[in-house]
Amino acid sequence: MTTYETVIGLEVHVELATRTKLFCGCANEFGAEPNTHVCPVCLGLPGSLPVLNRTVVEFALLLGVALNFDVPPSSIFHRKNYFYPDMPKDFQVSQFDEPICVDGWIDVAGERIRIERAHMEEDTGKTTHMGGGGRIHDADYSLVDYNRAGIPLLEIVSRPDMGSAEQARGYVSELRAILATIGISDVKMEEGSMRVDANVSLRANSTDVLGTKVEIKNMNSLRSLGRAIDSEIERQSAMLDSEEVIIQETRHWDEVAGITHGMRSKEGSSDYRYFPEPDLVPVAPTDEMRKVARESVPELPAPKRERLISDWGIGSSDARVLVDDRALCAYAEAAVAAGGSGKDVTNWCTGEILGYLNEHGSTPEALILRPEGLAELVALLADDTLSRSLAKDVLEECLATPVMPREVVERRGLAQMNDEGELAALVDEVLGRNEDAIAQWKAGDEKARKKKRGFLMGELMKTSGSKGNPKVLNQLLDERLHD
Amino acid sequence: MTGAKTAVETAAAVRSGDRSARSVVEEALAAISSREEELHACNEVMADSARARAGAIDAAVAHGEDPGPLAGVPIALKDNLCVQGELTTCSSKILEGWRPPYTATVVERLLAAGAIPIAKTNLDEFAMGSSTENSAFGPTRNPHDMTRVPGGSSGGSAAAVSAGYVPLALGSDTGGSIRQPAAFCGVVGVKPTYGRVSRYGLIAFASSLDQIGPFATTVDDAALLLETIWGPDQMDSTSIPSQPDPIGAGSDVSGLRIGIIEELTDLEGIAPEVRASVERAASGLEGSGAHIERVSIPSCAYGLSAYYLIAPAEASSNLARYDGVRYGLRVDGADVAEMNAKTRAAGFGAEVKRRIMLGTYALSAGYYDAYYGQAQKVRTLIIGDFAQAYERFDVLLSPTAPTEAFKIGAKTADPLAMYMSDICTIPTNLAGHAAMSVPFGTGAEGLPIGVQVLAPALGESVMFTVARAVEGLR
Amino acid sequence: MSPRISPEQVRHVANLARLSITDSEASQLAEELGVILEHAEDVAALDLSDIEPTAHPIHLTNVLRDDAPRPSLDRDEVLAAAPATEDRRFRVPRIMGETQ
Repeated sequence: MTTYETVIGLEVHVELATRTKLFCGCANEFGAEPNTHVCPVCLGLPGSLPVLNRTVVEFALLLGVALNFDVPPSSIFHRKNYFYPDMPKDFQVSQFDEPICVDGWIDVAGERIRIERAHMEEDTGKTTHMGGGGRIHDADYSLVDYNRAGIPLLEIVSRPDMGSAEQARGYVSELRAILATIGISDVKMEEGSMRVDANVSLRANSTDVLGTKVEIKNMNSLRSLGRAIDSEIERQSAMLDSEEVIIQETRHWDEVAGITHGMRSKEGSSDYRYFPEPDLVPVAPTDEMRKVARESVPELPAPKRERLISDWGIGSSDARVLVDDRALCAYAEAAVAAGGSGKDVTNWCTGEILGYLNEHGSTPEALILRPEGLAELVALLADDTLSRSLAKDVLEECLATPVMPREVVERRGLAQMNDEGELAALVDEVLGRNEDAIAQWKAGDEKARKKKRGFLMGELMKTSGSKGNPKVLNQLLDERLHD
Repeated sequence: MTGAKTAVETAAAVRSGDRSARSVVEEALAAISSREEELHACNEVMADSARARAGAIDAAVAHGEDPGPLAGVPIALKDNLCVQGELTTCSSKILEGWRPPYTATVVERLLAAGAIPIAKTNLDEFAMGSSTENSAFGPTRNPHDMTRVPGGSSGGSAAAVSAGYVPLALGSDTGGSIRQPAAFCGVVGVKPTYGRVSRYGLIAFASSLDQIGPFATTVDDAALLLETIWGPDQMDSTSIPSQPDPIGAGSDVSGLRIGIIEELTDLEGIAPEVRASVERAASGLEGSGAHIERVSIPSCAYGLSAYYLIAPAEASSNLARYDGVRYGLRVDGADVAEMNAKTRAAGFGAEVKRRIMLGTYALSAGYYDAYYGQAQKVRTLIIGDFAQAYERFDVLLSPTAPTEAFKIGAKTADPLAMYMSDICTIPTNLAGHAAMSVPFGTGAEGLPIGVQVLAPALGESVMFTVARAVEGLR
Repeated sequence: MSPRISPEQVRHVANLARLSITDSEASQLAEELGVILEHAEDVAALDLSDIEPTAHPIHLTNVLRDDAPRPSLDRDEVLAAAPATEDRRFRVPRIMGETQ
């Protein structure tokens, strides 16, 4: 049987986190009442004219730096002409052959993915299909809300450089981390502020001939992106195996059924009649605008992960978890800056604290325990004032009420007993009232010994009110048993 | 229009309290009533809002306030300018009944200057035409001869000023739509430099060519109106950001270098009386001390063809939004595409459809380079040729239109013949320059002729100086 | 003179432009557009390979507005202008074409 090489290119639409729309002063806000963020411009009323939002250009230039793009001296807008009721002017203002960013790249898991271009364009309104189960072609009619019309988008178009669903996910994940870091988008796939379309084609391994490209849409999470690509690879392989012809088309991912559906295509081919938008003038980024962009890009995820791995001595998967969550990472870095050890801070952040945040649907910024508090907790653990289990206890209280860990330790008298003399006396006392257990330990096989030793250790901790330093107690117990 | 006052005189009288704005408005309304039935210059007369504004201006004057340089001056607005809450139709069935929820920048500026919008005037549907016969609401007639067209597309505005309804009107000029009707109706009409007047609120025909401008009975009135509406506007990206210099009141042409454009004056199809008027104006200017020479601008010959590719292409896109979804007419259909197509078929007139078709074709796959792309390059040639001419000349002269006003119905069956009546005005729009028409002489049928004064971009001041001098030669 | 554009092309263009036309309109438009395009031949025939196109008569760049909110329109007023509305939105017949 023939094997196939998969060729994947991705088009990622990112809604920008500006205050207003691309060409007018209507609020850029998700989830507002239908048709409340509309004005003559974004409704395409006769006589209205677009004026470009400065922040969108600034964001595009930040993206240019972050994704290693070239930014040509001048870029222009075109009109893409086609009729659709979610487009108030029945053309979309977009960039065509002179986009703001060209020839970029990012590295994903050691592989370079080339990025052809990124361009500015306006989003469309939102249609709701009524009747027929809400599916477009079965619907009786549709309703249109233009709040989203004119929201600024950057469309980022990769080269067909990815060979698997895994790699495509890695690319989108890295892109998402970068976009979040430079702060230009919410990058929420579920809310549609980051939308990914995949172009998938297969070619027989023995040939150089490119296969027919199929575009798949409607994936609203990284997971569904991966599933959709895998499903499409499977569909195309089966077709090629049975020598069926793959047609160039757009397919819709059905999350529930786990397959892609072909979309009924319009009569005739599309002819968008692109021409330069006469109501807008060219964008020609000045040296000053470029300089500001270069200086405004914060540390990007890849170098940041490398820095944390080498400076804090943490593993790469912990580094990814931290860097992918910008707020958590900022929290951890603040805790380290306040004196906590990087490795210990990371352990708490990616463990108990992340667990707490997920459980409570909260954010690091909202934590009652400030980074200085975490640094203090980590220090109390490091100097043996607290055992790990006591520390968890303390953390729990500090996450619930505004107190510092040391205060909790002092108020509740939780400090660990570290004095060897005191602990030795404690061991003497406990062993003195458990001679049976000692005899059984001495007579028992390995399994029985382990059990009795565990019992004795438990008695020791209980007697110390959980405050005995377990390391020292373990050591003393061993010495006594082996006497 | 005997005895009618100019805008300059009316504003002075209202500002000083010598005349009430209310009486000015009543006089204008009476003038409209007396002739509107035969002329049909107006789509809508805004009598109530005009009276209310006049009352407010009189009250302001009574309180010692200055209502502004156009205090109490009634003005007619071409019905492709948006005025909040007022019917705005573009003389198209597709927009019948539509009331914009916002006001055009130029109208805001008129209101701030104390002017009183009193009527929305008829036009060729979406400003596409040269005779105001392509109106869904019927043609406008030429006040000088009821069997003739007033020109177009701003024929309603030109007729309203010519008939003495109002001293001032606004039109829009994409290929001559202010200057040609001004010539036909015997009034002054100005197409300012592209970008000098904000297009915000002007319903687009061809965005890279459209420009709003004044109609008036005198050059001074036209200057006053232009100075009221022009200047930068943050709502229009193509608005020139610098503040314009005042136009000035000069009429001294001594030492000015003035060229007569051969390609537009010696053209076949230019009526002898029209050519004679241009030459008579030129020799008059020479007598006042100007240097006159003939000049060749070869690429002008391609202007008409380039224009009839560029303007329809942009229009095909600008008019896509009339789809029956958000405002205006809807004709039902089984699905949204059918609804769109039926709505547009019912809502647009023949000329608009013709241009949408032509423009769609010129932009479509396989034809873009040969038509639209090529026309944009001709535009570059024309700009270059004019630039050379303006190295040697301060202003240029030509006829405004090849003939005096033609008969109603004379050209409706022959689109190309109709297009030819814009042949002298189109090059200015393609270049983005300024030009104006000044009434000068009459034709074989005794109808007015216009002489066109052309100036480079931002050359309004010298253009008005020469126009005033031509006006003085009458 | 043979028309440069056939009735079939006219129908294709009418479809792109969302204009429903009858067969007789298609024939008439084919003829009229043919005449106009014939006239445009003088431009189409020029050798302008070394000339840059002009999209704007004036040369401005970077006309940008601050990212500051301005008031939106009143929804009731906006919807009142529409031919059909339902549940605070614009109502349209079923959509048969592709989504973009």
